[in-house]
Amino acid sequence: MKRKKYLWLSIVSVLCVLVLWELVTDVLRLMPSYMLPSPLEVCKAFAYKVSGGVNPDGASLWTHIATSLKIALGGYLAGVVIGVPLGIAMAWYKKVDLFVKPLFDLLRPIPPLAWIPLMILWFGIGYGAKVVIIFISSMIACVVNSYAGIKQTRQVHIWVAKTFAATNLQILFRVALPTARPMILTGLKTSLGSAWMALVAAELLASTSGLGYMIQMARQMGRADIIVVGMIVIGLIGAALSSLLDLLTSRIGGKKTKRRG
Amino acid sequence: MEPAGNIILRCEHLSRSFTTPSGTDYRVLGDVSFDVRENEFLVLFGPGQCGKTTLLNLLAGLDQPTGGFVEMQGEPVHAPSPSRGVVYQTTSLFPWLTVMGNVEFGPASRGIPKAERRKQAQYFIDLVGLKGFEKSYPNQLSGGMQQRAGIARAYCSDPSVLLMDEPFGHLDAQTRYMMEQELERIWRAEKRTVLFVTNNIEEALYLADRIILLTNCPSVICKEYMVNLPRPRNYVDPAFLQLRKEITREMDPTQ
Ligand SMILES: Nc1ncnc2c1ncn2[C@@H]1O[C@H](COP(=O)(O)OP(=O)(O)OP(=O)(O)O)[C@@H](O)[C@H]1O
Ligand SMILES: [Mg+2]
Repeated sequence: MKRKKYLWLSIVSVLCVLVLWELVTDVLRLMPSYMLPSPLEVCKAFAYKVSGGVNPDGASLWTHIATSLKIALGGYLAGVVIGVPLGIAMAWYKKVDLFVKPLFDLLRPIPPLAWIPLMILWFGIGYGAKVVIIFISSMIACVVNSYAGIKQTRQVHIWVAKTFAATNLQILFRVALPTARPMILTGLKTSLGSAWMALVAAELLASTSGLGYMIQMARQMGRADIIVVGMIVIGLIGAALSSLLDLLTSRIGGKKTKRRG
Repeated sequence: MEPAGNIILRCEHLSRSFTTPSGTDYRVLGDVSFDVRENEFLVLFGPGQCGKTTLLNLLAGLDQPTGGFVEMQGEPVHAPSPSRGVVYQTTSLFPWLTVMGNVEFGPASRGIPKAERRKQAQYFIDLVGLKGFEKSYPNQLSGGMQQRAGIARAYCSDPSVLLMDEPFGHLDAQTRYMMEQELERIWRAEKRTVLFVTNNIEEALYLADRIILLTNCPSVICKEYMVNLPRPRNYVDPAFLQLRKEITREMDPTQ
């Protein structure tokens, strides 16, 4: 209710930025267009790239988006498929925890981007290096959140299950996992966000295609309009991915969360 | 007076110590021995923090004693078992399951087919007075209703002994009074051996066939009372008040 009523506020906020932007560029000419292009110039550049223009970076916007999405989603999915079960196993089985934790604690503080030099040595600047980096960064977020989620399981719930003669595996699936569900979903979401951010950063440093590459090339060519187009597209896709995931996860267990709320 | 019936649960010289963070031994249970008879309503009455939950966990098999042993029907108790259902002090319902999901949890763990366990669960849901709330989630229920669901859940795996740890301790006086009457009604409809822990003397006298008094740490049994008043009991009945006075004096001789 409230959100709809105050929608105009959000619209006004976006409009304000646009007006200010227009003022600074076209009207008052405070910023030269090679530093900050006007909204109209950006629109034109956007139209050009969307309709398949390949200058100045050698590929259309769609090619760059496809490259970036492929790497981000590939690395992310691998990170989820390995990270979530690993986090759960670490939280539930002491031995797994003792075995994995030291390694994990060592690797965790290394920022994903610090992996780039080594990965370039191993895989070159193609897909491989970036997929691995995305994989590492999203896996860590998944492990941390699943682990914390399982650890929230209440002792009394475990007791209840035990008095009903539930096996350890039954307790994991019927008590610990439902407890951890919200945190696991949070992990999926934060790691998707950080996967997207890490990817674009990686592309700035090492790539031959992708959105990060596109804006990096645009800088070298002095094309501020393409840079802005690239940034807006990166932002929009990041937001779209996150809402898509929201939609998916509310589909999975939506009925329950709604009725409980 | 000896209580009637066969011995179903027995504990002998039970003791339990915990190691404190500073490394010293903290003895919570001293030397506790008693028998529980089939189908009796036995109340363990003791002050707060005296180790009642600790004792109940030992009987449930959730914890191991430092000394002594627990036996059920002649078999030593080492692990929890569906034959000893537990109703907990704090809300222990699974918040992600409905009342039905919670009550049928026990039978479901043992792989009983859905239709059959639903029928069982429905019977106990009706018995505890939660008909119509099968699809509610725990956070949509009042405290009293949550404990009703907890009782139904404990009953649903068909235990021969029910262990109840201050199930009404967190309820307001009015609801508590009502729940005591309800529990007696449920127990009379579905007789089981009940071991009920409380620190409320009226609750103890209202429900018990027999009361065991526990002293404070380390807990030992200091006295036993048979309560031979007719049911349902009356809080202002002179015999009830007399017994109440006696037990209060026993706990606190200055009164
Ligand atoms: N796992 C444990 N480790 C260390 N100390 C414990 C443990 N469990 C219980 N204790 C201690 O034993 C004492 C008795 O605890 P317990 O919960 O059994 O008492 P209680 O009679 O059930 O109390 P309440 O009336 O609050 O329910 C407490 O002082 C508590 O700190
Ligand atoms: Mg207690």
